[in-house]
Amino acid sequence: MATAAATLRHAQQPAAVRAWRWFRANVLFLYTGFAVLYLMLPVLVITLFSFNDPAGRSNFVWQGFTLDYWLDPLGVAGLGDAVVLSLEIAFLSTLVATILGTLIALALVRYGFRGRGATNMLIALPMATPEIVLGASLLTMFVAIGRPPFFPLSFFTILIAHIMFNISYVVVTVRARLAGFPRHLEEAAMDLGANEWTTFWKVTFPLIFPGIMAAALLAFSLSIDDFVITNFTSGKTQTFPMYIYAKSRIGIPVQVNVIGTLIFVIAVGSVLISTLAQRRDRAA
Amino acid sequence: MGAFLRRNRRLVPYLLLAPGLLWLLVFYVYPGFQMLITSFWSGSLEKGFTFSLDNWTNYTAALSRFQGYYVRSIGYSAAATILTFLIAYPLAYAIAFKGGRAKNLLLFLVVAPFFTSFLLRTISWKIILGDSGIVFGPLKDLGFLSEDFRVLATPVAVVSGLTYDFLPFMTLPIYVALEKVDKRLVEAAQDLYAGPWRRGGTIAGIVLGGGLGLLLGQIFGYWPPFLAVGGALAGAIIGALFISESFVRVTFPLSLPGVFAGSLLTFIPSMGDYINAEFLGNPDTRMIGNVIQNRFLTQTDYPTAAALSFILMAGMLAAVAVYARALGTEELTTGRV
Repeated sequence: MATAAATLRHAQQPAAVRAWRWFRANVLFLYTGFAVLYLMLPVLVITLFSFNDPAGRSNFVWQGFTLDYWLDPLGVAGLGDAVVLSLEIAFLSTLVATILGTLIALALVRYGFRGRGATNMLIALPMATPEIVLGASLLTMFVAIGRPPFFPLSFFTILIAHIMFNISYVVVTVRARLAGFPRHLEEAAMDLGANEWTTFWKVTFPLIFPGIMAAALLAFSLSIDDFVITNFTSGKTQTFPMYIYAKSRIGIPVQVNVIGTLIFVIAVGSVLISTLAQRRDRAA
Repeated sequence: MGAFLRRNRRLVPYLLLAPGLLWLLVFYVYPGFQMLITSFWSGSLEKGFTFSLDNWTNYTAALSRFQGYYVRSIGYSAAATILTFLIAYPLAYAIAFKGGRAKNLLLFLVVAPFFTSFLLRTISWKIILGDSGIVFGPLKDLGFLSEDFRVLATPVAVVSGLTYDFLPFMTLPIYVALEKVDKRLVEAAQDLYAGPWRRGGTIAGIVLGGGLGLLLGQIFGYWPPFLAVGGALAGAIIGALFISESFVRVTFPLSLPGVFAGSLLTFIPSMGDYINAEFLGNPDTRMIGNVIQNRFLTQTDYPTAAALSFILMAGMLAAVAVYARALGTEELTTGRV
């Protein structure tokens, strides 16, 4: 009996040691797996509950599987308008912010000028300011001009705010791309007789275009998901996040999960496509 | 136009800057001033507002009434920043040093949650952490937890919501800093007999883990010794088994700029957040953001709200200015840490 136990312990020990060695070697991989799962868990829950068939108004408890809401994603009052408004604001604010931000990035990387430090500071500050302060300070300005809820103007107050917070992100993204820019290609174009305008459009712009696209994607996703600043500048107008917030008190319709899942899939898809396209460009 | 620009080359950068900077001056800088002015208003939306410097008392009144919310916000944000750091560092380390070919995919997965609505993500934590939700429901059914155990509507839920929201903001800068660490320095340290760090790691783990447990216990309102002992134990195990001397002496110091950047990117937005406290907390976990939102949008008490926001912004900008001085603005703004 005693010998059997001793043999058993003897046989077990290497296995335990081996398991421990394996654990030590792979602990970081295991950890990464759990961390990614943790990060994606809410996304999985949102997707799962877009197939839920809730009994009452609130979509918090799993009741049963249904495709009804996927087949009728805009089938609640106001949701379609909110999504369209969000898309319009996101599109316009991305367009304007990308142009303004790219021009600033070009100036910052290409030219030495007085006031560089101050410009850098002015670009960094909006990103370092809590969103609530950005929204609140804009609200005080709008209140000083007119009374809330700025009904006829709220499309523009939201748009102004979104362009404002997007500019800095565009500058930072495009500048990162411009920093490693091969200047000799431009010099070669100029040597071959191209003027500055032609050089810009034929050489510079195509090279920095991926950076501009990345900036535009970032700006679009920041705008379409913005809640805090929009909350302060929208009056009674509802963007998609504002719609979710308003509905959260009385129960969020399942369609909101459908739209949220769709936005996730489209965003992930467009990033993947642009990455693959870039990789193919580099390979070619 | 072309000829004009060629003759006045020095004007070109200013022309490029003008439209964007003008937008920021009118819609970022000016509203800041307007907020300062508004904080010296008195009156109401119905009767109209009047400006007077005598209304500096708005600040003292706001502070004496709401200072507890600032203190709570600092506590929650600090707890969230520390927890985010603890979760993000090993993740960033794994991606930077063990990522291999999956590096880009892993980085993408870290930011992927941003592609879905921030509000929906926060609300889905309500489902996950719910009293009989997917985590605690089964544990209660099996009898591991008592029926009245709850996380939702407690400070723990608010802090874990903040921790989740800003995890990518902490992970990416640390990753960037770690990625740049010259691996040869680590090898050189090992050649110079840097080995495991058993005694130092155990002591450091006990001190740091215990202190952290004490702090979190204080913020969450749990019995501190319980968390402190648990923290010390966990710290001792991690410190003794997983921390090497070359990490402490070489890798970690070189990654500090990333840690600082990540902490700012977590702490600043946490201080202004009111969504997590609103959806995951209870009336006793409201943060300063909830007060500001309520004063502005529900009570239309603009002077108090503006004073509160101004205090928040001034505090944040002071913190950033100290940080920028320490590291240089160019580095801070270009994200090259």
